[in-house]
Parts: sequence; C-alpha cells; structure tokens
Amino acid sequence: MMWEILYIFLGVGIFFNLLGSLGLLRFPDVYTRLHAGTKCTTFGSISICLAVIGYGLWKWYEGDKQMITMAIHSFIALVAILLTNPTGAHAIARAAHRSGVKPAKAVVDDLEEEKND
Amino acid sequence: MIAFIASAVFCFVLWLLLTFNGRMWGTDEIIAGIVMAAIAGFAARKIFVKDFKLANPKRWIFFLAYLPRFFFEMAKANFDVAYRVLTGRIRPGIVKISPGLKTDLAITVLANSITLTPGTLSVDVDEERNLYVHWINVKDEVLEKMPRECRPICSTFPDWARRIGE
Amino acid sequence: MNPFMITLVFALIAIAMAMVRVVLGPTIPDRVVGLDTINTLVIAGMVLFGAATKEIIYIDVAIVYALLSYVTTLFIAKYLEGSKL
Repeated sequence: MMWEILYIFLGVGIFFNLLGSLGLLRFPDVYTRLHAGTKCTTFGSISICLAVIGYGLWKWYEGDKQMITMAIHSFIALVAILLTNPTGAHAIARAAHRSGVKPAKAVVDDLEEEKND
Repeated sequence: MIAFIASAVFCFVLWLLLTFNGRMWGTDEIIAGIVMAAIAGFAARKIFVKDFKLANPKRWIFFLAYLPRFFFEMAKANFDVAYRVLTGRIRPGIVKISPGLKTDLAITVLANSITLTPGTLSVDVDEERNLYVHWINVKDEVLEKMPRECRPICSTFPDWARRIGE
Repeated sequence: MNPFMITLVFALIAIAMAMVRVVLGPTIPDRVVGLDTINTLVIAGMVLFGAATKEIIYIDVAIVYALLSYVTTLFIAKYLEGSKL
C-alpha cells in the first residue's frame, strides 16, 4: 500500500520533469522556456522530495532509526528548491529583457514602451 | 542585539534539525552548535533581520493558511503548462500591473507566487512597486484599459500578499 | 530493481534533453535557462540516489548544491545585465 503512494508521487514528479525539459525544447523564446523550466521542474522536484520524505518516515516507523534523518534532510532540500527556484527565474527573465531579448510573437510589451518613453 | 539573537536562534534550530539522527543530541554536538550558531548569526544579522515585521504571529498564521491555496494553484499551473507544451497554443506578452503594495516583503511574496502559478512569470519591478509580468495567454479584455486590472492576471494573490507582508 | 533508481534514469533523460537546449540555444539567456533547469534536475537526482542507496550524505550534498547553484544563477544574471558584480 505504501509503495503505491510512493509510486504515484514519483510518477507525477518524473512526468512533470520530463515535460519541463520537453517544453524547454519546444517553446520559441526565453520567457516561455522559463515558464516550462521553472514551473514544471519545481513541481516535479517537490513531488520527488515528498516521495523520499514519505519513504524515510515509513522506514523510520518500521524501526530503522537512521531514516528520520533522510526525511528531515529531504524536507530542507524541498524548502531550498521552493525558495530559490522562482527567484532565480526572475533574475534570468530580468537579465534577458535588459540585455535586449524581445519576447517572440508578443502581442503587448509594456516594459519596452516604458523604457522608450 | 535582538537581530543577532534572533538569527543565532534560527541558525541553532537549523543545526539541530541537520544533526538529528534518531537519538538525542550529545553534549558535544550542542556545544559545537551554539558556537557555530553564534558565529553565523553574527555574520548574517543584518541580512536576516531588516525589521521586526516577521515577529508578528498573525503573519505566520496567514502564511500557513495561504500554503494550501498556493499548492493547489501550483498544481493547476503545471497542467496549464502541460497543455501548452503539448499543443503549442501560446499568445505571449508582457503586461504591467500595479498591485498597490507598500512593503518589499509583500512584493516578494507576490512575485514568487505569480511565478509559480498559472500562465504568469514576473520579469521586472520598478521603484513604485509595479510588476511587469510575462503572460503566456494574453486576454483581449485586459488590453483595452491602460492601468491593467490585476484580477484576471493574478486573481486574489495581492490580497494574500497584503495580509502577509503589510 | 529499486523504484528510486528507475526514476533516476528518467531524470537523467530529462537532463540530457535540457542539455540539448544548452548546446543549441540561440542566445545566452537560453543557455542559462537550460543550466538552471539542469541544476534543479540534478538536485532531484541526488535526492533520489540518496534514497536508492540509503546514504544520507547525498541528500546533504543536494542541499548545498541547491544553495550554490542559486548563487551561481544570480551572478550569471547580474553579469548578463551588464552591471558591476
């Protein structure tokens, strides 16, 4: 029973990670690639970390004292991913716009108009 | 002084979490942790503690209440991106929104939230705390008015950011 | 076979696909996006490898790698903007 729950988390995680990489290949410009590369890999990696936390807690409950450490450390890795990933995405998006990359096929660009005024 | 104690306590709790291995901590671990936390807390006191807003427990309760909503929106965002990756149907654009938030903490919460939620990615922020958002599926009714409406772009996130950060 | 190992193989495939974007990427920000994605996938892969071999040290390495790769991304972004570090 426990394994099936872990399979679901691992499956969701790896599905979205693969989808993020696929989006990175398919989308036309930097900003849309950031959508795929940030949202999907963050969610996928968090799901994988949750699976490892569940595995650690389960083995700890069955009597392996070391495994609580694995659960706690995976939780800290999860928090690190959740805090650092969106901030890194802002930095890249801002740097891309300031170094002159235009959004492809854009219907509106308020930031560009702001700079030209 | 209060800033130093707060960041040292934070570092010490993190040390206790990282060194826990199923038994109680030994005395040597505790002593090493106190020394390390004092050094790290002294070095980081001006970065960790800028003002004392986070000491208010009301903000933490709002933050915890916000988490389930946030994770739900994040799951929705992933299915949205999955749909766009597989069909290739995009209509991108960068729009400016003025959420009217007053503090840096609030605008940070809002920017991180809209990066991880459906169809939006924050690109830049200016001095008046207006956000520039890359939107993957621009709707026509938003383009007509010039101060753009927040509601169709980031739903109720500015209200949550205001409760947490102001 | 250990299910964590199987997931790790798929994570490596995802890393290889992101690597194609790093090699192809027409502009430098494209390559940085690819690198950022690879960083996140490597963190997930390290956590998986630690769970598969029951070695906690790999998860510690993943935490440090997450924080260091974040700093690296910020510095590359600053460099692309053209401002002083």
